[in-house]
Order: sequence, then C-alpha cells, then structure tokens
Amino acid sequence: MIDALFTYEFLQNAFLSGIIIGFIAPLLGLFIVVRRLALIADALSHVALAGIAGSLYLSQQVLFFSALNPVYFGIGTAVGGSLLIERLRTVYKHYEELAIPVILSAGIGIGAIFISLSQGFSADLMGYLFGSVSAVSRQDLFVVMVIALIVVAFIYFFYKELFILSFDAEYSKVSGVYSRFIQLSFMVITALVIGASMRIVGILLVSSLMTVPVAAAMQIAKSFKGAMLYSILIGEMAVVIGLVSAFYLDIAPGGTIVVTSIVLLLMILGWKKVRSARQVLLKEEEVV
Amino acid sequence: MKKAIIELTDVNFRYEQRIVLEHINFTVKDGEFWALIGPNGSGKSTLINIILGLLKPEQGSVKLFGEDLEHFHHRELIGYVSQKSNSFNSGFPATVLEVVRSGLTRKKGLFKRFTKKDREQAMKALEIVQMDDFAEQNIGELSGGQQQRVFIARALAGEPKLLVMDEPTVGIDQQNVASFYSMLNRLNGEHGIAILLVTHEIDLVTELATHVACLNRSMHFHGVQSDYQKIDHQSISKWYGHPVRRLHQDEGEVAE
Ligand SMILES: Nc1ncnc2c1ncn2[C@@H]1O[C@H](COP(=O)(O)OP(=O)(O)OP(=O)(O)O)[C@@H](O)[C@H]1O
Ligand SMILES: [Mg+2]
Repeated sequence: MIDALFTYEFLQNAFLSGIIIGFIAPLLGLFIVVRRLALIADALSHVALAGIAGSLYLSQQVLFFSALNPVYFGIGTAVGGSLLIERLRTVYKHYEELAIPVILSAGIGIGAIFISLSQGFSADLMGYLFGSVSAVSRQDLFVVMVIALIVVAFIYFFYKELFILSFDAEYSKVSGVYSRFIQLSFMVITALVIGASMRIVGILLVSSLMTVPVAAAMQIAKSFKGAMLYSILIGEMAVVIGLVSAFYLDIAPGGTIVVTSIVLLLMILGWKKVRSARQVLLKEEEVV
Repeated sequence: MKKAIIELTDVNFRYEQRIVLEHINFTVKDGEFWALIGPNGSGKSTLINIILGLLKPEQGSVKLFGEDLEHFHHRELIGYVSQKSNSFNSGFPATVLEVVRSGLTRKKGLFKRFTKKDREQAMKALEIVQMDDFAEQNIGELSGGQQQRVFIARALAGEPKLLVMDEPTVGIDQQNVASFYSMLNRLNGEHGIAILLVTHEIDLVTELATHVACLNRSMHFHGVQSDYQKIDHQSISKWYGHPVRRLHQDEGEVAE
C-alpha cells in the first residue's frame, strides 16, 4: 500500500483529498447537525447530482463541455441551489419545510433525466455517485485544497458568530450578531464542502460524512470544542480505513467510508451502554 | 434629566386579525427598574419582542437609547433573557461556560477571538447566579432552573446597560428566586442598570421595582411604584380579568 502510494499519482490524489475532506466535512457538519440542517445538505448534494449528470450529458453533445471538469459544474449548481434555498427560506417562511424537499426532488428529477438521455457514462457516473479511488485528478485535489482553505478560514474567523447562531438564533438577533452575510456564506460554504467531497465519497453519501461522525462525537463530547475535535477524529478514521479497504477490496470508497463511520458510531453507543450498565452495577454493589 | 432608554410612542400591533397591542406609550429611563405585569395573553412578550426589534409594530415608533430602532446598532448595551430560553436543542454539545461566553460575542466584535479575559468575565457572571461550579458541565445535563440561571448569566456577561427579562424565574426554586431578585436589586441600585422585567410574581416584584406597568392590550397603568400601591384592589382586578392579591394592604382578603 505504502509503495503504491508513492508510485501512483492517482492514489496520492485520492488519499490527500480524503484526508482533507475527512477534516472539513465533519467540521462543517457539526454546525449543520446542531442547526438541524442535515436535510439541506442532502438537498444540495442532489442538486449537485443534476449538475454533474447535466455536464456529463452535455460533454457528449457539445465540444466545449467535454473539456470542462464536471466537478466545477456540480459545485456551481450546488452553490446556485444553496442561494435558492436561502431565498425560499426567507421569502416563504411558512413553506420552509416544503422548499427543501422540493429542491431535493428537482435535483434527483433533473439528474435522472440527464442520466437516461445519455448512454454510456455509467462507469463515470458510478464514481460520482459513490466515490472513486482512481478517478481523482490533480486538478480535483487542487479544488479540494482551495475549498478547504476557504472553509477553515470561514469557521476560524466567524467561530463565535456561528456558535451563537447555532445555539440560539433568536438571541443572536437580539444581540445584533445575526447577519445575512454569515447565514448566506454558511449556505454557500456547505455547497462548497459538498462539491469538494463528492469525488471521494460520492454525491449520495456526502451528507453522511457530514452527519454520522458528528452524531458519534455528540455521544461523547461535553463541550462544543470537544465535539468539533471528536467529529474530525472520527471523520478521519472513517476516511482512512474506508479508503484503504476500498483500494484492497476494489469497491467504491463512499460505501466503505460511510459504513466505517456507522460502525464507529455503533461502537461508541455500545461502549456508552456498557459503561452506564457498569455504573449501575457498581452502585448496586455499594448499596449491598 | 435622566436619559430615555426605551421610548415607545403610540405603538399598535396585531397578529393577522387579532389586535394585541393598542396605543402603547411607554418610556423607561436610565436607572429605572420596571415590572411589566398583566394576565396571560395580555401582550407582554409581544411588547418585549417589539422593543427588541424581533417584531415590527404596525404603527408607532420605537426608540432605544435615543435612536430609532432601525438605526440602533449598540446591541451590546442590552442583555436579554427570553421566556422560553430552555427550548434549545437539549443535545447541544456545549458547556455552561461556552454558553455564557457567547453572550460576549457582540461586544468583542467581528474577527476577534475569545481570550482568557473573556473567560474570566463569563466566570464572574456565573458567580453572580451562583452557577460557577457548573462551568465545565454540559448545558443539557442541568435542570431547567439551573439552565435558566445560566441564561441569566449569559445576559449579564456583557455588562449591559439595560436588562430585559421575560419571566426569568420560571422553574427556579423559591430560595433562588429570592436571591435572584436581591441580585437584580443590587444590579439596579449599585450598578445603575435599567431593568425591564416581565413577571407573574406581582406581589414580590411590585415591592422591588421602582416602576410598574400594567398591560392588557392597552397600558392600564404605568408609573412609580408608590402610585401603583395606591390603586385600589378592585380596579386592578378589573383589568387583570380576575382577582389579584397584593401584599400588605390586602392581607386577609386573599381571593383565589
Ligand atoms: N406567533 C403568534 N401568532 C399569533 N398570535 C400570537 C402569537 N404569539 C402570541 N399571539 C397572541 O397574542 C396575544 C399576546 O401574546 P403574548 O405572548 O404577548 O402574551 P403574554 O402577555 O406574554 O402572555 P404570558 O403571560 O402567557 O406569557 C395572545 O392572545 C396570543 O394568543
Ligand atoms: Mg409571555
């Protein structure tokens, strides 16, 4: 494996990208989970699907698109979708819950149309849907790095604003912290992280990498900083274990990464159960 | 002359068809301690939300610290405890200290990160509500009353000039309510912080506050506490909608 990593550029690309998204996806995912926006992440990734499928189809039809990396197109549509969702959320407050499933359906619907229109990109498409170890190019890696820089800078500089917005949106308004800029940037950044992650974990599993490690971390963390740290640790473990096994077993890394993170979640839940049972036992012994 | 901190002129408000506030004129000045009382559904929380800019009045003007609400940007001057503070997501991974420190966000300003001094400031606020022993605990693991005290600390952390509180003592036990009110007395008396307190603990608070406002869709009375004490029992009960008991004068003729 180590030898292969030095020999093959595609493996380096995949592992470096993997390690970067194992960091940023759970990091941003923590804010998404505590703000209960997981469904929005899902909707955006399906909008990206429409973009990717559209771009793959057009690349068969129009010369210009065959030179364009579909990832750009996917990121572009996801960002567009994030702006649209944000607009719908503010203009039609009462229909907020409806706007998101509608956009999600639109994403799958348009994606399905393009997929059936074009024949013969199923291997490519599989890579976009479930991730791929071999398909990550230098250019893709470069895009992931740039996005990671943006995400980390955003969270570093707006940490306190994002915290209060997540914990208590009303209080953030009263205290003059809430701003349209931060809210809008948050949505766009979510779209960017989805765009960055889809090459490795696949469009259908991006939101899992953003939420499952966080769900596990929240079982053991007392503080927000702690939850952040554990989310990233668990995310990285899932990505590394998932990528290595995907490479050896020759299966889609999206599957192995997400299944690994779910196994980690179950292990933590099990450990918590055993620990509390033991505490009860100890107490009973004390009583006896 | 003392400066007006809150100034409402002829404010009307309705939720769709339902008129909730009518022709409200209401002024809170520097250093005053107001108790805002009224029965359930009388519009107290609505009025508070209008003052804080969470709701827009249908008519009338709202000024904070002498500035129109739209142009008021010194929100760090206001500390706020809402009626439903403990409706936050109880699985939220945050320590008590992290929550209290978040009350300093506006005061710090953009791009500044929290320092050791901010931590000390947050600890000081926790000491005031006697929750400093819980600083490193997860907020979701506290009881409702303890959480409420943490939210009070969050409002105090930024050393505001005006404290707005909507039934802050709900769920807090009697002993802590007493110490909470004596703390408010101290903040108002010694530090000169103006307070606007919504409460149903009428007999307790009308003794403590310097001013009393009685709301039930319109403002039925507002003025200094000694004038409030002079109003006779019947007329209070009339606008309150049911008999009201008051300490001292009314002892023995307690209704309900
Ligand atoms: N979001 C809303 N939509 C429609 N009507 C509302 C809404 N919030 C409150 N009301 C109505 O407005 C009136 C005033 O409510 P408000 O919450 O201001 O009362 P309150 O004095 O704070 O009562 P309480 O003592 O129970 O807290 C009530 O009749 C209530 O039914
Ligand atoms: Mg109320």
